[in-house]
Amino acid sequence: MADTHKAGAFDIRNVIGMLLAVYGVILLLMGVFADPELEKTGGVNANLWAGLALLVVGGGFVAWSRLKPIYVPEDVAEVHDDPTRPGPKKQKRPKA
Amino acid sequence: MLHGSVPTLGQGVSAALPAAETIIDAAPVDYLILVIYFGFVLGIGLLARRSVSDSVDFFLSGRSLPAWVTGLAFISANLGAVEIMGMSANGAEFGIPTVHYFWVGAVPAMLFLGVVMMPFYYGSKVRSVPEFMLRRFGTGAHLVNAISFAVAQLLIAGVNLFLLGSIVRALLGWPLWLALIVAAAIVLSYITVGGLSAAIYNEVLQFFVIVASLLPLVLIGLHRVGGYGGLQDRITEMAAGAPAEAGIPPAEQQLESWPGQALSGFDSPFWSVVGIVFGLGFVLSFGYWTTNFVEVQRAMASESISAARKTPIIGAFPKMFIPFVTIFPGMIAAVLVPEIVDLKNGGSPPGGASGDGVAYNDSLLYLMRDVLPNGLLGLAITGLLAAFMAGMAANVSAFNTVFSYDLWERYVRRDRSDDYYLRIGRLATVGATVIAIFTASLASAFGNVMDYIQTLFGFFNAPLFATFILGMFWKRMTATAGWTGLVAGTGSAILVAFLSEDSFGSASLGLIPLGGQGAAFVAAATAFVVDIVVSVAVTMVTEPKPASELKGLVYSETPREDLVDPDEAGYPWWRRTLPLAGIALVMTIALNIAF
Repeated sequence: MADTHKAGAFDIRNVIGMLLAVYGVILLLMGVFADPELEKTGGVNANLWAGLALLVVGGGFVAWSRLKPIYVPEDVAEVHDDPTRPGPKKQKRPKA
Repeated sequence: MLHGSVPTLGQGVSAALPAAETIIDAAPVDYLILVIYFGFVLGIGLLARRSVSDSVDFFLSGRSLPAWVTGLAFISANLGAVEIMGMSANGAEFGIPTVHYFWVGAVPAMLFLGVVMMPFYYGSKVRSVPEFMLRRFGTGAHLVNAISFAVAQLLIAGVNLFLLGSIVRALLGWPLWLALIVAAAIVLSYITVGGLSAAIYNEVLQFFVIVASLLPLVLIGLHRVGGYGGLQDRITEMAAGAPAEAGIPPAEQQLESWPGQALSGFDSPFWSVVGIVFGLGFVLSFGYWTTNFVEVQRAMASESISAARKTPIIGAFPKMFIPFVTIFPGMIAAVLVPEIVDLKNGGSPPGGASGDGVAYNDSLLYLMRDVLPNGLLGLAITGLLAAFMAGMAANVSAFNTVFSYDLWERYVRRDRSDDYYLRIGRLATVGATVIAIFTASLASAFGNVMDYIQTLFGFFNAPLFATFILGMFWKRMTATAGWTGLVAGTGSAILVAFLSEDSFGSASLGLIPLGGQGAAFVAAATAFVVDIVVSVAVTMVTEPKPASELKGLVYSETPREDLVDPDEAGYPWWRRTLPLAGIALVMTIALNIAF
């Protein structure tokens, strides 16, 4: 087993990229097929342009994580919960 | 499954209720966008907890991120209800002077945190404010601090819940009380299901969703009013044409940041500048940023002192530009949305998120209704719900931690099993959520939530900051001075609020001719000064702690080598702390001159 591996799906840039790209596709489809509601936007197809911009930014994040992947060492210390943040505790508190 | 059921459920229930008309008309595609977001957040949380090795990958990849992403997470933890709804409400009511909350009230304190405080936190290994109070001053100050912190969290959770409830109401048209209960139930399940274990991921995701929804709102809004020039013209025209009894600030006060009399409520330009710089810029904002350990811990997770110091400084760069996506929507709403125009002209249009009439808090929701097509509308709803839910979840869990470990375990029932305290923690979570429903009704009484938030910060943050900073730099300060200073500071701020025109609504006496955020600035400044005076006076007549107990807690007793990063001198200038802080400062001054 190697000493490091890629963070892959856990790389936050992939998570951001995927979410923004999915939204980009939805807005793009809305822009092409749905009523652009031009009286609201003042004559701009807002969904279309926002969709395109989201696709470009989302694609950029995914491309960046492909080009410069993050390597995670195999052997690391246990990560502790942050007590100031929500979420169930991963482990019990050490005995006092 | 879920995709289809959510919109039908919402529409079915709202149709069954004899509810008022909805402010926002959401289509199935908007609900789809909302469901995808929560699918992502919950999915990440579940994946992260499936196995230890996965969750290690997860957290470490978060930590080895480039500094600009941690910088984003740092300000994203703060980009919640207050920033979005409060700043747009302020923008609608006062216009450009609201930028002081960013360029005077945040950026300088963030730079101070990075340059001065962060090395001390890193070197002293202090992990929370109650921990510092306990070790530096003993149980008296710890007890006072823990109780006031717990109360503050409940009150602020109420603000988040009120805003969350107003979105639910805007979407579904339910009465506010029902929307509050439903929103509270959703947050409770969100905390217990635990999709939040990967907090930094959610914060960064949230940031991008919010920017992706607010940016189109501003761009389309500006397009509708004819650009920034058109916006200025229409604000000028409206200020000139408004009836005198509406009391709208003259156009030049709405379009220039200084001296900001409309915001501070002072008639004299000189005292207005003093109030903003000392009350908001120094006491409130330094108090907020330097004692806010939720955010400090974000930075301390990074791998070196140098990286920790740079986190708030890098966060300062996006922070400078956030007013353009939070204040501008309010200003645009005040000339474009008929209801807000009517309100600003002294009318009281019916409707609004509370159901009791339109308030400035509703500016953003009305603007979304008027300019966003379905699709983008869904993105905007998602961003707002995500921010308020995460904000309230963070308040409730912070309350839970302090209540179970700092209060219950230390002062009520000692030495029980871990399971016992976990159970108390769960009960505290439920209790906090129920109490938040009541504190939310308090928040709903304020037409502009910024007034309320700044009043609360004056009560809790200003004295805390005074005691904290004095205890950190003055080794003689005694344990008794610690808690008496806190009590006197908070008490004096509450007194000022009572004597002001409207900080407590009709309960205020009006002996001090100041209302709104100006009263909050004065209350905070009073609390700060009273805290310092009482602490110094009490220290003179009580016994200080021996210097040996103060290592790592007082600046002069902390070893110098703990405060510096030996590698930093070798970095290029754009990776060093001080040059970056300098650039941020110059940019902020430039922005202040430009607006």
